[in-house]
Amino acid sequence: MHELAITEGVVDAVASRLPDAKVTCVRLEIGALSGVVADSVRFCFDLVTEGTNLEGATLEITQPPARCHCRVCGKDFEPDGPIALCPCGSAEVTVLVGQDLKITSVQVA
Amino acid sequence: MCGTCGCDSATVITLLPDEQVPAWLSEHKRSAANGHHHVPLGAVSLHEQAHSDEGHHHAHDDEVHALASAESGRTVEIQQKVLAKNDDLAEQNRGWLRERGILAVNLMSSPGSGKTTLLERTTKELAHRMTISVIEGDQETALDARRIKAAGSKVVQINTGVGCHLDAAMVAQGLRGLDPPSGSVVVIENVGNLVCPALFDLGEGARVVLASVTEGADKPLKYPHMFRQADLVLLNKTDLLPYVDFDMKQYMTDLRRAAPNALLLQISATNGDGIQAWYDWVQRRVPPPHD
Repeated sequence: MHELAITEGVVDAVASRLPDAKVTCVRLEIGALSGVVADSVRFCFDLVTEGTNLEGATLEITQPPARCHCRVCGKDFEPDGPIALCPCGSAEVTVLVGQDLKITSVQVA
Repeated sequence: MCGTCGCDSATVITLLPDEQVPAWLSEHKRSAANGHHHVPLGAVSLHEQAHSDEGHHHAHDDEVHALASAESGRTVEIQQKVLAKNDDLAEQNRGWLRERGILAVNLMSSPGSGKTTLLERTTKELAHRMTISVIEGDQETALDARRIKAAGSKVVQINTGVGCHLDAAMVAQGLRGLDPPSGSVVVIENVGNLVCPALFDLGEGARVVLASVTEGADKPLKYPHMFRQADLVLLNKTDLLPYVDFDMKQYMTDLRRAAPNALLLQISATNGDGIQAWYDWVQRRVPPPHD
């Protein structure tokens, strides 16, 4: 349940940046290969924000698809699932995008 | 949560003293009065020490841009990695280790794969060749730390309470408590869990995943995030292969897919089969001691 620690990280980061603002919305980007379950973050969010200046804020999560580069055939591809395998059969791949886990923006009142 | 660094206040860090491990370590003592549990009776609190160190500062990305500050309901663009604070502390740990010439190994596995048994054997058998100290991560108890201590290594126990993984702040405190010598090895025995520890960089020099044949051959495909970042996979309990249904060929195929960059070594921490290759792997990576 590392999503609890992740969500605490989100709330901490926002609260320390904007300590005096009433935050009404937090926007997160959770990459398909980040290893974080968006639903679990949603579940934790209300608990973690309680008593902070983020209490009552909505949470908007975008989950951009991953993109990988195959070092064998040289093509870029979108992996099908959490194991990055090129359609050519190679596992020699570099993840270009999709491992990110970031706060993109927040809305304040 | 700790107001200084945001670390989980339920975390207890205990440096096992040189003398006989006292009975109180078998219990989990907490001072509940202030809700901050870093200082159990008789234990060495490394928390404040870590905060006072020069190298310990907190990550604050300065890329906050108010887009329309005059209006109400404005959007503030942040663009910050959620794990930025942990990653920053991990980099500080990495720098601290590099400066001192210390190899840190992040050892991760499911509960019961044999991490502590492997470390007991390793610390005993390598004692004449190198100094090995251990950071033990468990939710509760100092049972593993006592085993490692009995095997002859200096050890710090980190009890994470409800936490399911070690993070870079906990390891920073552990490292300062151990004060490992130059040219030595620190093994960080992470909390037994194939999911959460994968996300948290600790500042280690190498990531080792320990698996065992009794867990079944399907783990690399079931826990790809853990295996993807492994430098080395140790497949333990090979002495039990005659008694379990474990498809080695399938395992090796699946491991190649999940962890194409990882080296696989088959070992038995119980009877020592294949263990020399693990020792050699460690020894090749230990930096020369600084003068």
